[in-house]
Amino acid sequence: MTGPVRTLPATDGPLRDFAAEVGPSEPVVAVGGRTQWTVGGDPDASAREVWAPAGVVAHEPAEMIVRVRAGTRVAELDDALAEGGQMVALDPADPERATVGGLLAVGHSGPRRLGWGPVRDTVLEVRFVSAAGELIRAGGPVVKNVSGFDLCRLLVGSLGTLGLLAEVVLRVRPRPPVAVWLQGAIDDPDRVRRILLRPSSILWDGSSTWVLLEGHGGDVDAEVKALGPEFAPVGAPPALPDDDRWSVPPSAIHQFVAGLHPGTFVAEVGVGIVHTSAPAPAPVRAVDPATATLHRRIKANFDPSGRLNPGRMVA
Amino acid sequence: MNDALASELSAALGPDRVRSGPLELTLYRRDASLLEGQPGVVCFPCTTEEVQAAVTIARRHGRAVVPRGSGTGLAGGAVPVGADGAEPVVVVTTKMDAILGIDEGTRVAWVQPGVLNLDLTRDVAHLGLHFAPDPSSQQSCSVGGNVANNSGGPHCLAYGVTSAHVLAVEVVLPDGSLALLGGLDPEPPGYDLRGAFVGSEGTMGIAVRIAVRLSPDPPAVRTVLVDFASIETAAATVTGIIAAGLVPAALEMMDARITAAVEDYVHAGFPRDAAAVLLVEVDGLPAGVEAAAQVVADVAEANGARGVRVAADEAERALLWKGRKSAFGAIARIAPDYYLHDTVVPRTRLVEVLSQVYEIAERHQLLVVNVFHAGDGNLHPLLVFDRREHGVMDRVLAAGTEMITACVAVGGVLSGEHGIGLEKRDHMGLIFSDADLDAQRRLRLAFDPDQTCNPHKVLPSGSRCGDLQSVPAGAWI
Repeated sequence: MTGPVRTLPATDGPLRDFAAEVGPSEPVVAVGGRTQWTVGGDPDASAREVWAPAGVVAHEPAEMIVRVRAGTRVAELDDALAEGGQMVALDPADPERATVGGLLAVGHSGPRRLGWGPVRDTVLEVRFVSAAGELIRAGGPVVKNVSGFDLCRLLVGSLGTLGLLAEVVLRVRPRPPVAVWLQGAIDDPDRVRRILLRPSSILWDGSSTWVLLEGHGGDVDAEVKALGPEFAPVGAPPALPDDDRWSVPPSAIHQFVAGLHPGTFVAEVGVGIVHTSAPAPAPVRAVDPATATLHRRIKANFDPSGRLNPGRMVA
Repeated sequence: MNDALASELSAALGPDRVRSGPLELTLYRRDASLLEGQPGVVCFPCTTEEVQAAVTIARRHGRAVVPRGSGTGLAGGAVPVGADGAEPVVVVTTKMDAILGIDEGTRVAWVQPGVLNLDLTRDVAHLGLHFAPDPSSQQSCSVGGNVANNSGGPHCLAYGVTSAHVLAVEVVLPDGSLALLGGLDPEPPGYDLRGAFVGSEGTMGIAVRIAVRLSPDPPAVRTVLVDFASIETAAATVTGIIAAGLVPAALEMMDARITAAVEDYVHAGFPRDAAAVLLVEVDGLPAGVEAAAQVVADVAEANGARGVRVAADEAERALLWKGRKSAFGAIARIAPDYYLHDTVVPRTRLVEVLSQVYEIAERHQLLVVNVFHAGDGNLHPLLVFDRREHGVMDRVLAAGTEMITACVAVGGVLSGEHGIGLEKRDHMGLIFSDADLDAQRRLRLAFDPDQTCNPHKVLPSGSRCGDLQSVPAGAWI
């Protein structure tokens, strides 16, 4: 359960307190809801645990933005936005526990990515604590901005190894008036994608396909009709197997799951994420040497002593 | 001098694709901004290997490299400025204009950087697809330039900025090596280098191959022209449309002077006596589009619009958009020169900022026109003038700086789509602290430790991590 939503004063005080707690030295590990704690490896046991401040600072529906502190639970943020008829394109499996900062630090988008876009495109401004313990800002609180280098996207998915998120400004959107999940026992999910304009999600387990349609009621009705009688409304999408999560080009999904039994995987069609509950052949994900050098240099430039979330690796 | 450099480049690229004569170099002293630099040699590679060769040769001669696409940039990002006074090598990618492959099924195109934005959309139109980022210069700007500046256009409001449409970029790094940033899979391993590279304005390397996302053409589109008797009612309508829960595909505003100039220029039927017009486009599936167009009309009428005109067919829609996208050309009917700013403000502050923009121009005895992406709060005040008038440039620059400052004061940012380049780098301190800028510099230095790729751009000199020489203010105006 989440309590009533309060909008907090837009003060830097809690952010500065967080920066002071992180300080300029010694290993630290940022803790969110621990819902994706093992992604990138276990943190070094010697690292001191720190928690980012929490709370929705300001929701401005007419600007289509929300300013929220990184330690805020996603469910609390969603409640705040719902009051203004809006939502944010974060879609964690466990919104009651997952924090905004943790979700962005891991950078995994949810099953609605096909329609909502990746979480990286939601972030307009970040305020983070650097390895030197300084509070840094990048981006800005407007929906279109090319003022300077894009540290927002760099930090999303960086597992807190370049800086610890303290507060973000996210792009919000209107809540769709109608949303319906459909299921059909068809094994050609690509055909479904060709029929629909902008489905929010297409999931496929090898024998069945689920589709999420969101938008104007008349359009949803028309798309349901276009899908044909083999699709029927269902209450919810399938549970996503959570043993492994693979990222493959969308065109390679069929090849990737060829050796898997139906029901042991759920693939996000048009996106390329495959969730599996059985061992899968690891796809080749070689990073070319020049790119690997860039990764190393970025880490070294942002965190020369390697104190931020030690033990975690993004590649 | 430049002779040895030019002859080595000629040996690598062929003599017909290297220019070093004074007259030819003059053509590459500036982009579409008012700033000027001085190239040492200009070269036109056709392949990735030739870009690598040009970068390596420039490096061997101790020269900086300045990447350049079509030269339509408005912030001086492609103005050639070298390091330590040495004239740079300008690497022009316009001859790298091949569409390398289109995957209709996954809606991805691989292109070379010199492909023109609109050519890409035309090339995939028969598949019912398009490239969503659409700057006003889309007939002449290149995809590589869009990537460098993260430059979008009217349709960014609904479809996101250019960065959201770039999946992978193959880059020749400043040391001549080749790196693939991002990929076709949704979560490539490592840091989001593709996200970091898009919008880096040529300071982190040269894109040689780009994978972009193609978007399906919406089956239904409604384009609405709304006529207002005041700027205030137009701006209130912008806010009202968003507050009604709509995200139009585009939401553009033009003020009285530009509307009249455009009408004289393209005869699209714009109301010549309007104080402001809005061009609103909604798209998607038919039922939602009809409902949204009705909401637009209702909100406009509730705010006192004088007229609401819905384009009856594709020809009328194209004409309305031609009017909007010809705005900069129409300026020539008012004065020979213009200086275009590009700032973003919270859209609820539009009226307040616009009134300041007019006041600032008047105080400096200048004429200003406004045509901009109102839905994003992305302002484009254009100061129009005749540079032959004695002392006018000083007034233009002073007014421009005041306008930027006014936008920042209400929570705005310096640029929505043109970038920082040379033009605004010394204004970066208005929105970022030294520590903020230092973090940005750390990213840049990871790609370009020796700062040989488009030096002096984006970041002001003097922040802590580097030690750049200062560029004299206004030296290129």
